[in-house]
Amino acid sequence: MTDIAIIGFAQSPSERHSTSTTNGVEMLVPIFHEILADTGLRHQDIDFWCSGSSDYLAGRAFSFVSAVDAIGAFPPIAESHVEMDGAWALYEAYVKLLTGEADTALVYGFGKSSAGNLRRILALQLDPYLLAPLWPDSVSIAALQARLCLEAGLVTEREMAEVAARSRAHAMADPRAQLSGLVSADELLARPYLADPLRAHDCAPISDGAAAVILARGDIARRHCRRPAWIDGFAHRVDAGALGLRDLTRSPSAVAAAADAGLDPATLDVAELHAPFTHQELLLTRELGLGERVRINPSGGALAGNPMFAAGLARIGAAARQVTSGQADRAAGHATSGPALQQNLFCVMGAR
Amino acid sequence: MSPQRAAVLGAGQTHHRTRRTDVSMAGLCREAIDRAMADAGTDWSQVEAVVLGKAPDLFEGVMMPELFLADAIGATGKPLLRVHTAGSVGGATAIVAANLVRSGVHKRVLAVAFEKQSESNAMWALSINPPFTVPLGAGAGGYFAPHIRSYIRRAGAPSHIGAMVAVKDRRNGALNPYAHLRQPDITLESVTASAMLWDPVRYDETCPSSDGACAVVIGDQAAAEASSRPVAWIDATSMRTEPTAFAGKDHVDPRAGHDAAVALWQAAGITDPLEQIDVAEIYVPFSWFEPMWLENLGFAEPGQGWKLTEAGQTSIGGQLPVNPSGGVLCSNPIGASGMLRFAEAAMQVMGRAGEHQVTGARRALGHAYGGGSQFFAMWVVAATPSN
Amino acid sequence: METALSAPLTISFDYTRSLGPVLAPFMSALSERRILGVRGSDGRVHAPPVEYDPLTHEPLTDLVEVADTGTVLTWSWQPEPLDGQPLDHPFGWAMIRLDGADTPMLHAVDAGAPTAMSTGMRVRARWVAEPVGHIRDIECFEPLDTATAVQPDRRPGVSVTSIVTPIRLSYDHMVSPEESRYLRGLAEGRLFGQRCPACRKVYLPPRGACPTDGVPTEEEVEVSDHGTVTTFSIINVPHAGQRHKPPYVAAYVLLDGADIPLLHLILGCPADQVRMGMRVAAVWRPREQWGTTPENIEYFQPSGEPDAAYDSYARHL
Repeated sequence: MTDIAIIGFAQSPSERHSTSTTNGVEMLVPIFHEILADTGLRHQDIDFWCSGSSDYLAGRAFSFVSAVDAIGAFPPIAESHVEMDGAWALYEAYVKLLTGEADTALVYGFGKSSAGNLRRILALQLDPYLLAPLWPDSVSIAALQARLCLEAGLVTEREMAEVAARSRAHAMADPRAQLSGLVSADELLARPYLADPLRAHDCAPISDGAAAVILARGDIARRHCRRPAWIDGFAHRVDAGALGLRDLTRSPSAVAAAADAGLDPATLDVAELHAPFTHQELLLTRELGLGERVRINPSGGALAGNPMFAAGLARIGAAARQVTSGQADRAAGHATSGPALQQNLFCVMGAR
Repeated sequence: MSPQRAAVLGAGQTHHRTRRTDVSMAGLCREAIDRAMADAGTDWSQVEAVVLGKAPDLFEGVMMPELFLADAIGATGKPLLRVHTAGSVGGATAIVAANLVRSGVHKRVLAVAFEKQSESNAMWALSINPPFTVPLGAGAGGYFAPHIRSYIRRAGAPSHIGAMVAVKDRRNGALNPYAHLRQPDITLESVTASAMLWDPVRYDETCPSSDGACAVVIGDQAAAEASSRPVAWIDATSMRTEPTAFAGKDHVDPRAGHDAAVALWQAAGITDPLEQIDVAEIYVPFSWFEPMWLENLGFAEPGQGWKLTEAGQTSIGGQLPVNPSGGVLCSNPIGASGMLRFAEAAMQVMGRAGEHQVTGARRALGHAYGGGSQFFAMWVVAATPSN
Repeated sequence: METALSAPLTISFDYTRSLGPVLAPFMSALSERRILGVRGSDGRVHAPPVEYDPLTHEPLTDLVEVADTGTVLTWSWQPEPLDGQPLDHPFGWAMIRLDGADTPMLHAVDAGAPTAMSTGMRVRARWVAEPVGHIRDIECFEPLDTATAVQPDRRPGVSVTSIVTPIRLSYDHMVSPEESRYLRGLAEGRLFGQRCPACRKVYLPPRGACPTDGVPTEEEVEVSDHGTVTTFSIINVPHAGQRHKPPYVAAYVLLDGADIPLLHLILGCPADQVRMGMRVAAVWRPREQWGTTPENIEYFQPSGEPDAAYDSYARHL
């Protein structure tokens, strides 16, 4: 147990084609203003800034550097960056607060997936000698995992369609979601395969967007938030790099990270799972032992909007908001990185 | 509430070369990691987390290489982070790793930084012009050379200072078995006669492009006290950022570097850096950055840094040896260079710097910078803890 | 509000990757149409090989030959192949456990239709005519029971220590509305900066956010095409992508009315005559060549005015 809490969360609309640049500035400036206003903090009250983004999404080396313009970093600030989803930037900021060298942090993630061909770009995450030269795209890799789950009887195509339908229904409450609406599993199942056995609805949309979260300690958290989402556990793990070494129907890193973060299905109200593919939400639910009690992805999750490098951070923010708004007492946010759920992170929060 | 104590238990690095064609990326990392773990007396079962640092993915054409490298760098089943803060990344990576220990989260953490930039071409990767810009084809040297001109003008520095730094650092490199460039016979004359690349910066005043890696093992107080060999206690760390370019930016004495240093000295309890720091490994990719950074860090008043250099005070044996390892001027695997500065500082106070050891070094500075002189990371390490 | 401007951006490079002691024999064997795996600490054979054991992290050295036939463990279908993928007609991706290996590899299967794909099917590698020591020496796999082509013989291979991987990615690079306004101004021969409402500084080119205040710059301010060289460098060294033959001057020019210098070329006088404080004027290309680009200004040249006083630009250094 720590005395560090998430006290604020803001995200830009998830859009198929944002008019923002790959610098992220146009997406970040409004949500920085929003999150500071919501929490009553000023720019100079932020002790540490940390972000997650990817050069390859932007097509430019050092693309995160331009995003710093959105902060107004003069006088100079304490700032850092990971080339990972903003959820891991949140972890770095959390650790910084644990050292006692900062009492507040503003963490952000952003990505303009529409600038390039995301499916191809993500092939470059694979082994550069043996796999990347074949350009296996991210959807095809997920489809291989999905078939393993289907043929092992762990999921059905109908259950996957129901995940997609639920996501869109939940997302109707969020005007910033990209995909929302009422659709039945039958309608979805009638549509053709995109990458057999995945249909289009089984895959998160391509989204441009940004998210921001504020961390604060103790009294500062209490002064700036009526009901802080106190962080009870925060952990992450990674599985082997080579796909052939992994049992893709399991996620040992998710299980280990969740255990280390103290995720207890018996006391959890909400889980925001960063699952860009429907079968992955089912896989994680099973691996973590989440039962009927736990509401999964009340925000709609990544299937409603998946701004790369912000989507994991947004799950944690959405989970935190469940607590800060009084809709839940205990919530977990999850983020994933790499092909087929290779790396996983959990932030478990609760009201006190 | 202050950080818990942490120390560098051991450090390792590769033989830095223009092209390490004998290894894969994994092999390059492991050369440094294996040396660091041996130096630290640490085995894989003791490593609780891994932090990887690297400059732009474009250099090697691999997106988020920590994912495919997880097994090779011992991260499978463990927490793994990948830091990217441009040229300062090696330093920032060491600081993130140190914080994992100083926060009490972990007892022992492995940090590794690498660049295998020969897989592409660093000049190409740094010169990609987006649309709607003027293609000046000037590279990193072309970016920094105008600001060096500004320094020379502002400080009234004589023109031979840059060459003096180059001679010192390349001769120091000859004492360092891992250095890429090792030039024991380099002279002021040969440097001055070398080609002018981006006036006022000459060929021999410029860093090479290197493949290389560096790794450090950081442990908590218990691990440090249990170590059979000297450790380097991390007295303080500091990071500051400012925008690349803004109206009124001081490119010669950037405020972010100055602020980072002020915060660092305060946290380390240092009131007179020139007096109290025994050796400094600072990020000098073009030789004139030595006097510039001496001023930015507070070792010398503005406009006076070059006098320390000219008087020989930054040589081994001088009042403040700077870059006894040869520094970035001798080896520049971009993603690793910052960590090399941090590691070399640690090696000095651990007494394990071999032929380039500064006698009696008890407190050392490691410094890194990146981007358009905008990201600064630095630490003070000591033979005994000060806090 | 006019639309934001965008233009294509392509990054392309042929990466050369040195292989090290495990992948070099693997790739060399491919050139002989042989496939090698490696035995790990738990006795499992991994094909293709991994360099470091996933459990012990130790380097692996025990290379073993496996067959070029195997079993599909899972598959998916690619109806519209993407650039660079193994085949340019629809194909299946599959995890294939080669005979003699314990863990699978990922490759393409040229099955013709998804109905011809199944978990458990047997497949065989289809080799290219001239293998060179690269993973693409295996063109793809094909169903074993319908494979008709005679398998090519073993051949003497080549010893390789590196591979070449071309990587080419295309992007649509969009600029901010503020920068678009500036670019459209350039198309008319005018220089429009924008003033930050907080610090009141005029930025050229304008930004989506003032870097010191984090707010969009809005107020349009026309700026002169005359200015002062604050500092500069003489570029002597040739680079890839250079447009001008060295030596030429890259200089920071503080245009009259702007609060931040911009980087541009100084031509029109010998490089060694350029100095800090020199007054310069833009030389525009012929009007008919103008577009939405700062390249409408071909370079700056001395304007003939007396040099600016050092104090007038010193704080921009």
